[in-house]
Amino acid sequence: MTLMNIRTTLNLGIIAIALALISLWMGQQAYSWFPPQASAEAVLVDQLFSFLVTLGTFIFLGVVGTLTYAVLFQQAGKYDFSDGPHIEGNVTLEIVWTAIPFVLVIWIAGYSYQIYDQMSILGPMEHVHGGMATAETAPPMESAAPISGQKPIEPIDVYARQWAWEFHYPQSAITSTELHLPNRQRIKLALHSEDVLHGFFVPAFRVKQDIIPGQIIEFEFTPIREGRYRLRDSQYSGTYFAAMQTDVVVESPEDYQQWQATVATQAPTAAYNRAFDEYQRAHNPISTGWKIVEPAPPPIVNAPSVQVSTP
Amino acid sequence: MTKLSVDEIAQIEQPLPGAPNNWKRFFSFSTDHKVIGIQYLVTSFFFFLVGGIFAMIIRGELITPEADLLDRAVYNAMFTMHGTVMLFLWTFPSLVGLSNYLVPLMIGAKDMAFPRLNAAAFWMVPVFGVILMASFLVPGGPSQSGWWAYPPVSLQNPTGNLINGQVLWMLAVAISGVSSIMGAVNFVTTIARMRAPGMTWFRMPVFVWTVFAAQIIQLFGLPALTAGAVMLLFDLTVGTSFFDPAKGGDPVLFQHFFWFYSHPAVYVIILPIFGIFSEIFPVYARKPLFGYKVVAISSLIITGLSGIVWVHHMFASGTPGWMRMVFMATTMLISVPTGIKVFAWVATIWGGKLRLNTPMLFALGGLVMFVFAGVTGIMLASVPFDIHVNNTYFVVGHFHYVIYGAVVMGMYAALYHWFPKMTGRMYSEGLGKLHFVLTFMGTNLNFFPMHPLGLQGMPRRVASYDPEFAFWNVVASLGAFLLGMSTLPFILNMIGSWVQGEAAPKNPWRAIGLEWLVSSPPTVENYEELPIVVAEPYGYGKTEPLVANPDRLEVAHESH
Repeated sequence: MTLMNIRTTLNLGIIAIALALISLWMGQQAYSWFPPQASAEAVLVDQLFSFLVTLGTFIFLGVVGTLTYAVLFQQAGKYDFSDGPHIEGNVTLEIVWTAIPFVLVIWIAGYSYQIYDQMSILGPMEHVHGGMATAETAPPMESAAPISGQKPIEPIDVYARQWAWEFHYPQSAITSTELHLPNRQRIKLALHSEDVLHGFFVPAFRVKQDIIPGQIIEFEFTPIREGRYRLRDSQYSGTYFAAMQTDVVVESPEDYQQWQATVATQAPTAAYNRAFDEYQRAHNPISTGWKIVEPAPPPIVNAPSVQVSTP
Repeated sequence: MTKLSVDEIAQIEQPLPGAPNNWKRFFSFSTDHKVIGIQYLVTSFFFFLVGGIFAMIIRGELITPEADLLDRAVYNAMFTMHGTVMLFLWTFPSLVGLSNYLVPLMIGAKDMAFPRLNAAAFWMVPVFGVILMASFLVPGGPSQSGWWAYPPVSLQNPTGNLINGQVLWMLAVAISGVSSIMGAVNFVTTIARMRAPGMTWFRMPVFVWTVFAAQIIQLFGLPALTAGAVMLLFDLTVGTSFFDPAKGGDPVLFQHFFWFYSHPAVYVIILPIFGIFSEIFPVYARKPLFGYKVVAISSLIITGLSGIVWVHHMFASGTPGWMRMVFMATTMLISVPTGIKVFAWVATIWGGKLRLNTPMLFALGGLVMFVFAGVTGIMLASVPFDIHVNNTYFVVGHFHYVIYGAVVMGMYAALYHWFPKMTGRMYSEGLGKLHFVLTFMGTNLNFFPMHPLGLQGMPRRVASYDPEFAFWNVVASLGAFLLGMSTLPFILNMIGSWVQGEAAPKNPWRAIGLEWLVSSPPTVENYEELPIVVAEPYGYGKTEPLVANPDRLEVAHESH
């Protein structure tokens, strides 16, 4: 009897260790499911997600593994019409499986709170910095190190309208339809919407904020990787919602200054706008003739984005 | 004042179309809860197919990156109508239908508390279904603002007409709300007041507990949504400015009204499915439901928590940090009572004598997918991660695992399990298993790819997308078409078996429950003599009678 118990415990232990190893492996895989880590916030979010994947895998495999075992080995014989054992419950077991999720929840919520605190992306009504740490205090990581103690750059104004993005750089008084940002500096944006709800979303930065008409929302993050990324409208904004995309260009501070200087000399021109273009051409073969909200005219800016084929 | 003798009252017959075994009763204003239940189920299944066709059109558009199949406006109308039809015309009414059929039988009542109210609530469903479909015919087409109808997009009225798709949409949703409130009053009263002698609270099957918990949510939640919808309707039609920021209104306030109901609505949907799981696992594992009382009570805990989690839909919206943190904590707490249930089902199955016929397969498949959805649900509750995937396909994948993976699978499990009771016929086991395999594969093919897409940053509701997302979208679209096809063996099975299936005995599954003590299908008022309940509901593994008067529940001579 005791021998049986020891064997059962041993088996369970081995299974638990195997599950834990698989879960840890999944947690490491999770990093590769994301776009490039182009901001300090992305590093934090990916860490959190890896942790959640590890826990989630363990729970999922534990439950599904148990069910699979039962399905494979505990079926009734064809002519066996008897019942299983009459077990109504087990108080100890029930207390354990109430307590474990409770503890896990506190753990996950606490960890998530810490990460959110470190990201400090602002968002609405959070203009007080009551000693909140920012993404600079991200775990000792080579790329985030040089950002420490930085103040955000002068806010760049982001204007969203149906269906165009427009950016104003107050420092140099220039405008553009693709967002240029200096690398490794705390960025501050002031988000404006001129008509309906929009959403500022850069997957490579892992940050997102709805833009609400009638409010100016301040938003902060820190790019850490040079490159060209997509900026998408993430809050449904009507007919051409899907076409409301542009690029974010993260470049070295020198290149950023250079870009501003060059652009300042350019006369404003009408940028290409996918929604306006489609609406004018009405090139879709199947047209219903449903009257829709007319797209705003293309923004007139110093630096129109290089025309990309947004589907 | 005329006096009627008891005999004379007895001679007043039911209105004729309500007579049993007359198929015309399904097209009449019948007050029999069993007829109404089937009316709900069949009507809502029709709309399930309509919503499914919309879904396949959406997936047809998304099989290529460009917006090339549909006009963008039509695409937007499609996903708006897909969501609206699936929720208001399939999920809610189908569950109300099942509850309608089962609750009076399970608690030992002859009918619902308010039979006429019940019938009236049902007949509103086809009415608002027609209104919603009619919106395809008005100038400008149906609503294109998504099923959330967030202002200001929902207030933009490019046609300038008073009667437009958005107004018809709101009208339909409002009627649906009234119908649901009527149903909720009826269910809560029935369960509280109409239980048979001896049917104490802790002798009720868990399905009844979950229906009770779910319908309480309708009572406290729907008024908020209705108020929000009425204000939105005023903004759109008579120019008030509750939510229009251009005139000083607050669009975020609408989001609070909307989600204050529409999040708990998810529990209105999932709770009865928990009930179905709790009924089906004991029958096909031949063991009592593990921890019955705790499972029953955890339904009410979910009801309570469901009222304080709605802001998790708005983590990226106009919400301050402190609010995001508070609602993250409350949202995660829901996993505790839900976890209790999942573990209880696993413990019920463990060590049982499993019989894997169609209802059990669907219930097991549904449970597995629900656990997956639960894992992604906890991830979504975590604010920093949600900020990244909010409004992306990750969310779409998550809730389709809940709504299709758990709810539709659970619904199918229930339909197969109680089909013999409802129709008096046995279904075809082979077709049922084929249906299960196709549905399980289709669901995973269709909805799993949405998770990587969301992590990569593909927003939901887009008619076109960057080519990098093409691979997983093709897989999802193929899954969707498979899922569409998977309904065919089901339809064939249901119609074929109802017409010419083998006659069903009272209790083909050797299940414990009041509904299995009467003939299949039960007679008009279910019980000739009310059952006297003497035991808890899941007495598998011991020989103990459920009622004191099993032989007197029906008239002895069964003449058809």
